[in-house]
Amino acid sequence: MSEPHIETPEELDRENARPVDQPAPTGGTGGEDPGVRDPDVLLEVDHVTLRFGGVVALNDVSFSLRKGEIFGLIGPNGAGKTTCFNAMTGVYRPTSGGIRFNGESIVGKKKHEITRGGIARTFQNVRLFPEMTALENVMVGADAHHKTSVPSALFRLPRHWREERSGRERSLELLRFVGIVHRAGDVSRNLSYGEQRRLEIARALATNPTLLCLDEPAAGFNPAEKVELLQLIRRIRDRGVTVLLIEHDMRLVMGVTDRIVVLEFGKKIAEGTPAEVRDNPAVVAAYLGVPTDAA
Amino acid sequence: MSYYVLLALGLNVVVGYAGLLDLGYVGFFAIGAYGTALLTSKDSVLYSHTGWAWLAAAPVALAATMLAGLILGWPTLRLRGDYLAIVTLGFAEIIRIVATNTNTLRGDRGFTELPHPPGSAGGKPIFGVTDATPYFWLGLVVIIAVVFGVRNLDRSRVGRSWLAIREDEEAAEIMGVRTTKFKLWAFSVGAFIGGLGGVLFAGEQGFINSSTFVLQFSILVLAGVVMGGSGNMAGAILGGALISYIPDRLRGISVGGTDLYEYRFAMFGVIIIVIMILRPQGLIPSRRRAMELKDREKEVAPL
Repeated sequence: MSEPHIETPEELDRENARPVDQPAPTGGTGGEDPGVRDPDVLLEVDHVTLRFGGVVALNDVSFSLRKGEIFGLIGPNGAGKTTCFNAMTGVYRPTSGGIRFNGESIVGKKKHEITRGGIARTFQNVRLFPEMTALENVMVGADAHHKTSVPSALFRLPRHWREERSGRERSLELLRFVGIVHRAGDVSRNLSYGEQRRLEIARALATNPTLLCLDEPAAGFNPAEKVELLQLIRRIRDRGVTVLLIEHDMRLVMGVTDRIVVLEFGKKIAEGTPAEVRDNPAVVAAYLGVPTDAA
Repeated sequence: MSYYVLLALGLNVVVGYAGLLDLGYVGFFAIGAYGTALLTSKDSVLYSHTGWAWLAAAPVALAATMLAGLILGWPTLRLRGDYLAIVTLGFAEIIRIVATNTNTLRGDRGFTELPHPPGSAGGKPIFGVTDATPYFWLGLVVIIAVVFGVRNLDRSRVGRSWLAIREDEEAAEIMGVRTTKFKLWAFSVGAFIGGLGGVLFAGEQGFINSSTFVLQFSILVLAGVVMGGSGNMAGAILGGALISYIPDRLRGISVGGTDLYEYRFAMFGVIIIVIMILRPQGLIPSRRRAMELKDREKEVAPL
């Protein structure tokens, strides 16, 4: 696993076997039918309900992600998007329902196990390790697949050097990929906001994920930065990584995603291609409100 | 003095690197010292079976200390911040109270005639009672070895994981850091170094009893680490040296009929308050921590 694992290994190529640019043929093939497993399905959210006391944050939500697509999860504030992320990355445990990644249930797994299994994420509010340098931040992500522990580090065994070197090279390559390699030696709290967001993406990619979950990566970005981000997301997908995107900015979501699920008040109200979702009256109502509704 | 520096170095791993507030660090020092005593002293209940030399007892005592670190860490490391501090404080007190009240550990009477480290020159043992110089060199060698070991850990995946845990434990775990594992490692590496201090202490003093391992000792070492610069080895060494040097310097200076040594804790209190006001990052701050504090200042200043 920690053997020289450079970019685009065969597994990623295999996942790319399906032409990724082609939008999904139909909407509505959620995880409703867990009996039949589609080999193209990467992640299945299967009738997930999540309650906090009396609050139902997610209500019977089902959808599934295909390998190699860019998938959007949208909805008004408080719709349960981040909660959904948190359930997928092991922060919350669903009250009922299942989540399967590559056909394997991840409910109840530890957060670091899920990460090593291939799901990486960024945070809505940037959560870097502020006192560590940009490079060190990314290396923490790369360490997810390393095995060096106290004995090999203490006695500087070959494994330490090997992993340290490959981790550093990989991390630098990723910093270059997101465009902030010139800040590698700077403490991350001194990076600009946009650089910090990119750094978070690099750190998540360093864990070598098959699925990358981005939680509102464009929050606080100006239009030019948003365009760059859009290109970055496409380039990430081109590396063979499936992308799940939570986003408020409708234009950004419409421009980059292959398929979209819309949540409102913890329920899925629509699913389909960007065009389908845009014309869906329920979605329009959720975002703009229904004028005839008496206050 | 060497064991103060060792304790500061070890506590720096736990508090400075991994960010786990341990108020009962003297407990590990005690286990190292008592382990040595039980295996070597003729006062020990085990004497008929063991009665080992100091050098033979040292590795066993150190292993026991690391084990104690794991045993304490396993159930308690899910606690955070203040709660961990309270539990570790309780741990040190339990060790002290057990030592005071059980016959096996001999309470105040203590263990006498512990053997010194081995070695002889010209027919006379190097490590005796009268000359402190050989102990200084022994201590120095051990400290240098510890500094190299800790530095190797710091500049590796282990050190990165510790820092990541200190910065944001949940984010670290989501980035794949096995937080429990590395926190346990921090605890047992810290325990090992503390135990090393205890083993050296027992070998030098030749006598230990339960009144050595009081709570103030833990607080004193923590004060040393904070004073010197938490998260930085040079700072921890300086802090450890200061907490051993200052009280000794005060000894024998009498003011109004009282030896100033009696006021040492009061003085440390004042010194720490002054340092926290003038130089909150410690005397030799870690590069990172200094930066953090300066940035915070900047954030606050314009308001």
